[in-house]
Amino acid sequence: MNNAARERIFARLRQAVRQGAVSVPKPESLTIPQWNQKEKVEKLKKHMEAVRAEVHVVPSANWTETLKEIVRKRNLSTLLYAPETEIGNALQSAWNTDNSGLPALCVYEGEIEGFKEKLFGMDAAVTSTLGGIAETGALILRPDEKEPRLMSLVPPVHIAVLEAGKIYSTFAEAMEKGAWAKGMPTNALLISGPSKTADIELVLAFGIHGPKELIVLVLE
Amino acid sequence: MENKDFDFQDNISKALANAQLRRNLKFAMGSMIQKRKALFSDPEELEKLRNMGSAIRRRALSRLPELLEQLEKKCTENGIQVHWAETAEEANAIVLSVMQKHNAKRMIKGKSMVSEEMHLNRFLLDRGFHVMETDLGEYIIQLAGEKPSHIIAPAIHKNRDEVGRLFHEKIPDTPYTEVVEELNAIARKTLREEFYKGEVGLSGVNMAVAETGTLCLVENEGNGRMCTTVPPVHIAVMGLEKVVEKLADVPPLLRLLTGSATGQLISTYFNMITSPRKKEEKDGPKEVHLLLLDNGRSAILADPQLRQTLQCIRCGACLNHCPVYTRIGGHAYGFVYTGPIGAVLTPQMEGLKKAGDLVTASSLCNACEEVCPVKIPLPEIIRRLRNENYDEKGLASGHGCGKTLAETLVWKGWELVNRHPGLNALGTKMAGIFGPLLPETGPLKAWTSVRSKPQFARKSLHERVKEEGVDHE
Repeated sequence: MNNAARERIFARLRQAVRQGAVSVPKPESLTIPQWNQKEKVEKLKKHMEAVRAEVHVVPSANWTETLKEIVRKRNLSTLLYAPETEIGNALQSAWNTDNSGLPALCVYEGEIEGFKEKLFGMDAAVTSTLGGIAETGALILRPDEKEPRLMSLVPPVHIAVLEAGKIYSTFAEAMEKGAWAKGMPTNALLISGPSKTADIELVLAFGIHGPKELIVLVLE
Repeated sequence: MENKDFDFQDNISKALANAQLRRNLKFAMGSMIQKRKALFSDPEELEKLRNMGSAIRRRALSRLPELLEQLEKKCTENGIQVHWAETAEEANAIVLSVMQKHNAKRMIKGKSMVSEEMHLNRFLLDRGFHVMETDLGEYIIQLAGEKPSHIIAPAIHKNRDEVGRLFHEKIPDTPYTEVVEELNAIARKTLREEFYKGEVGLSGVNMAVAETGTLCLVENEGNGRMCTTVPPVHIAVMGLEKVVEKLADVPPLLRLLTGSATGQLISTYFNMITSPRKKEEKDGPKEVHLLLLDNGRSAILADPQLRQTLQCIRCGACLNHCPVYTRIGGHAYGFVYTGPIGAVLTPQMEGLKKAGDLVTASSLCNACEEVCPVKIPLPEIIRRLRNENYDEKGLASGHGCGKTLAETLVWKGWELVNRHPGLNALGTKMAGIFGPLLPETGPLKAWTSVRSKPQFARKSLHERVKEEGVDHE
């Protein structure tokens, strides 16, 4: 590390910050709307569909049936999933009952360095979510060792499972209730739709570098 | 910034004469204005948000040294390696040393204006490295060998035919197409290969949170996440003013940024990075480096008025709404940062001598200030820097550089004439007689090239009052 540069920068900053002192207004903070669960689900669905996410609100008892329909319709051959998680276990038992026309369940084996080729060849991945945000429409993800970061990015189809009870009104509320300030994970993500670009003539097009499709199963 | 032969007037004339460019810009900027307007449809809510955004940025700047120390401490605790660079050269050298340490030849880049400020691509390409921009707009201009013309939409000056021809010429085995979806698919295919092979990923930072040592990145395409997750090494480059105090500051700034930049409620991805790959984790870079660049910023902080320049969150709204930018586009500005924010930031970073002309690129219509999500008084700073161009007692680097002997004499003469009634009467008399005879060349040429010559009255107001008296009710 270049310590001399650091010292010079800080010396300038300390002097400058005193010299150019300005008043800092204290504006009122934004209020967090009080929406009930139904309203939150509706808002999240509306906003996410507006940016081309596919949102299914399903009873939590048989969400795996909806998932099966979705993947069958798309003729996927591989589906990346996280075993030993709640949704992983549910998937496994659903696949064990009947896996006709379903993609093979695949596991993220070891670290990326050894799994890259397989990962870039996957058709789809299914992940859990930490929650959702109603105001803007977004999923909150906190990837971990069981559900690595690239599961929600590299495969062309990302299926996310969201419990309706975990939808917050706003991003600020999610941070506050989840005590994010106490410690952040390696990576936290908000995802609002499939990847998109408008870099050519502002023509909005979906599926650029990340997933082409984002499918959200909201479990009620 | 390398820009030795910057001739603003010449750039402007060329841009204005380029009909294709003007059509592309008119369409794109009009559309971006509409999108922002549709999103911020409630003026009261917008005003509330802007007050918050402005206060958050002002608070951060007023505590900048301590917040940067806290950020450094938190990042280091989290396992992120923090580097400091005073200049672009130092910053480039740090990036180079990280590449060399890992014996890396291939870099994949997410969108970063600071890396443009460093001219990092040229620096690494000259040394034989493979450097690839992966944001679609940045990729397009890299292929074209150009600089970004807009902070948010770097290739906004090009239309689909131009991009189609470019892809056809530069990417092997690519037939010409002008279907946008097909062009996007070509980029996806080509760049997936790059993500797969990239050895070091480089990104910018939209904001860094001192409280937790978290780097926040806003994007729609997913290329930023690729660059910060697939390769084993991630280097984040950031202007040192981009720190905020706490996580609670993030949501309002995010709303303001995506809304002002592209009229979106939220971007597709908001990526918060707090540490390298931990034990047991399966992906993400094993090393994360945060490079904090000064490059003139600390000097700007020293003046309470000019300091507000550093509140900027780089949304580009002032560009979209600027009557000058929307007619000449970004390239005419000759430097990395363009539009109203570029016109105030660049002269302060590069010195007025080199870039002081940029502050002339404003009609002072105030549109930029009205839309700025963090309430930077851009017209006020433009006027201040215009004065500083001629003010030997100014503060900005290069102040007083525009002052010439001829001009000093003219103003001294003006002062003299206006102090002495006799001289004043004589002067106005002479102007009335000789004014109409002035040729449209010499000092008047620049003025008369686009305007009619000033018309002098035959008789001065003093004379007419003496002759005709004053009508009074």
